[in-house]
Amino acid sequence: MTRNDLLQIQERELAARKKITLRCCQAAGCLSSGAKQVKEQLENAVASAGLSDQVEVRGVGCMKLCCEGPLVQADPRNTLYIRVTEANAPSIINALQGGTAEAQQGDPEAAFFKKQLSIVLANSGVVDPDRIESYIAQDGYQALLGVLRDLTPKDAVEVMVKSGLRGRGGAGFPTGLKWGTVAKSTGLKKYVICNADEGDPGAFMDRSVLESDPHCILEGMAIAAYAVGADQGYIYVRAEYPLAITRLQTAIKQAKQLGLLGAGIFESPFHFNIEIRIGAGAFVCGEETALIASVEGKRGTPRPRPPFPAESGLFGCPTLINNVETFANVPPIFRHGAEWFARVGTEKSKGTKVFALAGKVRNTGLVEVPMGTPLRVIAEEMGGGAPAGGRIKAVQTGGPSGGCIPAEHLDTPVDYESLGQLGSIMGSGGMIVMDETTRMVEVARFFMEFCMDESCGKCIPCRAGTVQMHHLLDKIARQQGTRDDLTKLEELCDLVKNTSLCGLGQTAPNPTLSTLRFFRHEYEALLQPETGWHRNEATSPQPTATG
Amino acid sequence: MAAKTLTIDDKHLSAEEGATLLQAAKEAGITLPTLCHLEGIYDVGACRLCLVEVKGLTKLVPACTTRVAEGMEVLTNSERLRKYRRMTLELLFAERNHICAVCVANGHCELQTLAYSLGMDHVRYEYRTPRWGVDHTHRLFGMDHNRCVLCSRCVRACWHVEGAGTKNVSGRGARAHIITDLNQPWGEADSCTACGKCVQACPTGALFHKGATVGEMVRDRHRLEFLVTARQKKEWITD
Ligand SMILES: Cc1cc2nc3c(=O)[nH]c(=O)nc-3n(C[C@H](O)[C@H](O)[C@H](O)COP(=O)(O)O)c2cc1C
Ligand code: SF4
Ligand code: SF4
Ligand code: FES
Repeated sequence: MTRNDLLQIQERELAARKKITLRCCQAAGCLSSGAKQVKEQLENAVASAGLSDQVEVRGVGCMKLCCEGPLVQADPRNTLYIRVTEANAPSIINALQGGTAEAQQGDPEAAFFKKQLSIVLANSGVVDPDRIESYIAQDGYQALLGVLRDLTPKDAVEVMVKSGLRGRGGAGFPTGLKWGTVAKSTGLKKYVICNADEGDPGAFMDRSVLESDPHCILEGMAIAAYAVGADQGYIYVRAEYPLAITRLQTAIKQAKQLGLLGAGIFESPFHFNIEIRIGAGAFVCGEETALIASVEGKRGTPRPRPPFPAESGLFGCPTLINNVETFANVPPIFRHGAEWFARVGTEKSKGTKVFALAGKVRNTGLVEVPMGTPLRVIAEEMGGGAPAGGRIKAVQTGGPSGGCIPAEHLDTPVDYESLGQLGSIMGSGGMIVMDETTRMVEVARFFMEFCMDESCGKCIPCRAGTVQMHHLLDKIARQQGTRDDLTKLEELCDLVKNTSLCGLGQTAPNPTLSTLRFFRHEYEALLQPETGWHRNEATSPQPTATG
Repeated sequence: MAAKTLTIDDKHLSAEEGATLLQAAKEAGITLPTLCHLEGIYDVGACRLCLVEVKGLTKLVPACTTRVAEGMEVLTNSERLRKYRRMTLELLFAERNHICAVCVANGHCELQTLAYSLGMDHVRYEYRTPRWGVDHTHRLFGMDHNRCVLCSRCVRACWHVEGAGTKNVSGRGARAHIITDLNQPWGEADSCTACGKCVQACPTGALFHKGATVGEMVRDRHRLEFLVTARQKKEWITD
C-alpha cells in the first residue's frame, strides 16, 4: 500500500457515490428495535422501484438519538426519519419520488444535534463500519500515512503534548505525557493496549465508537504504536459487546489485507499488529493493572502502582494503555493539527467529550460537546429536560466512581476540574439525569451495591468496607438507621477512600459522599428518632478493653 | 549498592537502594503492623495495614511495596493511621467468623496479635456471620474458610516457594475464597505435594495440621524464609 493506492481507493469510493444516500443506523440500540429488517426493507423497496442506480442504502453506526430508533436519514435532503418500522420503510422510498412518507419525521435541526460538535463521532452514522473503503473515503488512514512519512516518533509525541488531550478513561491523565513516558522507557518490546472494557452502568460511548467507526481506533493505535515504539497492540473489549467484537475483527482483517496493519506499513519499516482480547467479565478488569493481568491470562486483580504500566506493564514490558475515546481523538488530531484541537474546549480540558445521556430526560442517546459546555445545555437544551411534569433534581456523572450534581449547580461547565470541585468526576462519560421522584439514599445504595459486587476482594477496606457501607445505606433507606449509623457510614467512606488499593475502592464512597454533601436532609429524614440512649452515647464512657 | 538516607518517625537512617520502607523501618527497629507480608515471599500490598504517610504525597502508601527514596520523610504511627488500622481490623473481624476461644491458632494468631497491639478492643460493625465450610479432605491438613482473611500468603507460598500452583483465589468481593486446583476438595487436588508450606504461611487458624486442637497450631514460619534465602543467596542460615 502506497499513498497513491490509498488515494485511489478514496477516489473510487467517492466516484461510486449515488445521488441519494439513505443512512440507516446499524448500531446496537437501533438493531434492538429492528433496524436490520428496516434496512432490508429499504433495499428491497429501492430495487423494486428501479432506483438502484440513484439510491444507496448504507448501513452506518450510531446516529446518536438512540431513544427514537430505528433512525434513517435521507441525504442530501436532510430528512430524518425516526421509529421507522418494517411496514413504513417502503414509503420512505416513495417520498423520494414525491410521495409522502408514513414514517415519523424527526428534526435534524433540533438542539440535540445542533449543539453537538463531532470530532470523535465525526464518522459515526456516516461511514459503513463494515467497509474499510467507506472509512478511507472520509480521509481514513491519511493521518497514519502523514505520521509515517513526515514525523519522527518524537515529533508525534510532541503533537500529542501540544494538543492537550487528556485520557478519556476517567482520570484525565495527559495523553502526550503518557506517550512520552512509554517512548522513553527502555525495552526491546513494547505494547499498546486499547481499554474497551467499559463497565460503568449507563455508559455506552465506547461501544458506539467501536460499532460505528472501528478503523478510527485501529488508526489511532497504529499512530500511538509508532510514537512509543511498539509493534504489538491489544484491544481488550468486554464480552458483552458481541457486535463491537465482530466489527473490530472485520476491520482488523480488512486493514491487514490492505497492508495498513502488519509488516512494512506504507512501505516504511514500521510493523504493527493488533489482536483482540475478550474481557473476563468484571468491572475491575477495566482498571489498567487488572486488565494487563487479565491479558496475561491471570486473575484480573489490580496491583499497587508504581511501577506504572508505562514502565512495567504487559509481560513486564513498557505498555501504553489508553481508552477507546482517547484513541478515537488521535487520527483527527494528526489530520487537522494539534493547534486546531487545542482551540476546542477550555484552558485545561481540551477537545470534546462524548456523553451517554440517559435517565429522566426526553432525549437519550450520545452527545458529543466541547469541554466546558454547561451541564444545563446538555440536560435541558439537548436532552429536552425531564419528561412531562417533572423537574430535573440532579445529574449524575462518573457512574459508580462519580457524584450527583444538584440542579442548582447545573450551570457548571463540564471539564475535569469543575466536576471535581463538586465532588464528582468526568468519568468515562455516563450521564444520568434524575428527576424529583429520585430518592438520593437509594441512588447511593444502588452504586454501593455495584461496587460491593464488583470489588475484586484483594484489599480489606474495599472488600469488607463496601459490604458494611452497603449494609448501613440499606438500613438507613429502610428507615432503620440511627445517627450513629450515619456517623459510622461517614467514617467508613473516609477509610475506604483513603486506604483502598485501586481506583475502584478509592472512589466507591463518592456517590455516597456527594449525596451526603448536597442532599444530607434526605438521609436525616430517614433516621430513627433519637432515643435517650443515642443522645447520651457521645458523652457516655466508651467500652474499655476486655482482652 | 547506593544507599539512600531518609527519615522515618523523626529517626534519620540510611537504607539500601531498592529496599522497601518496611525493610528500612525494621532495620531501624520500628515495627509496622502487617498481615499480607511474609518474609520470603513477594509482597502484594493487599491488607493495607502497613500504610504510612509520606511527606509530599497526598495518598497513603503501603510500606511493604514502596521503595525508599533519598530525603523521604515517613510517618508510620500518626493518629489517623492508628485509627485506619483499627477500623480495618474491625472490618476483618466482622467479615467472617473469628472466634478465638475455639480456634486452633488461639495465642499464635497474627490477626489476634494485631488486634491486641493496635488496641482494637471491640467491633462496631455488624458481624456478617457467613456460612463458610471446612475442607477436611486432605490427609494431613485442614482448611477452615471461616477463619481466612484472604491475605493470599498460602497462594503465594504454594506458587512461588513450592511451585505447585495448587492454591488460588476464586470469586470476587465478599465471595472471594481460597480454592485448591479447579475448585476441588483439597484431598483430590492432584497438584498438591503435601509440603505444608501454605500451612506455615497462614497467619490465622484457617490452615492447620489435622489433629490440632484449640491453641495447638504453632507455626515455624522461618522455614519459608530459610528456604528462599538458601535458594536465592546460597546462604543456609539457621538460628
Ligand atoms: C475500577 C476501574 C475501572 C476502570 N474501567 C475502565 C474502563 O472500562 N475503560 C477505560 O478506558 N478505563 C477504565 N479505567 C481507567 C483505567 O485504569 C486507565 O486509567 C485508562 O484506561 C487509561 O486510559 P486514558 O489515559 O486514555 O484515560 C478504570 C479504572 C478503574 C479503577
Ligand atoms: S480497591 Fe477493591 S477492586 Fe481495588 S484492589 Fe482493593 S478490593 Fe480489589
Ligand atoms: S488460608 Fe490463611 S494464608 Fe491463605 S489466604 Fe486465608 S488466611 Fe491467608
Ligand atoms: S503488609 Fe503491606 S499491605 Fe499488607
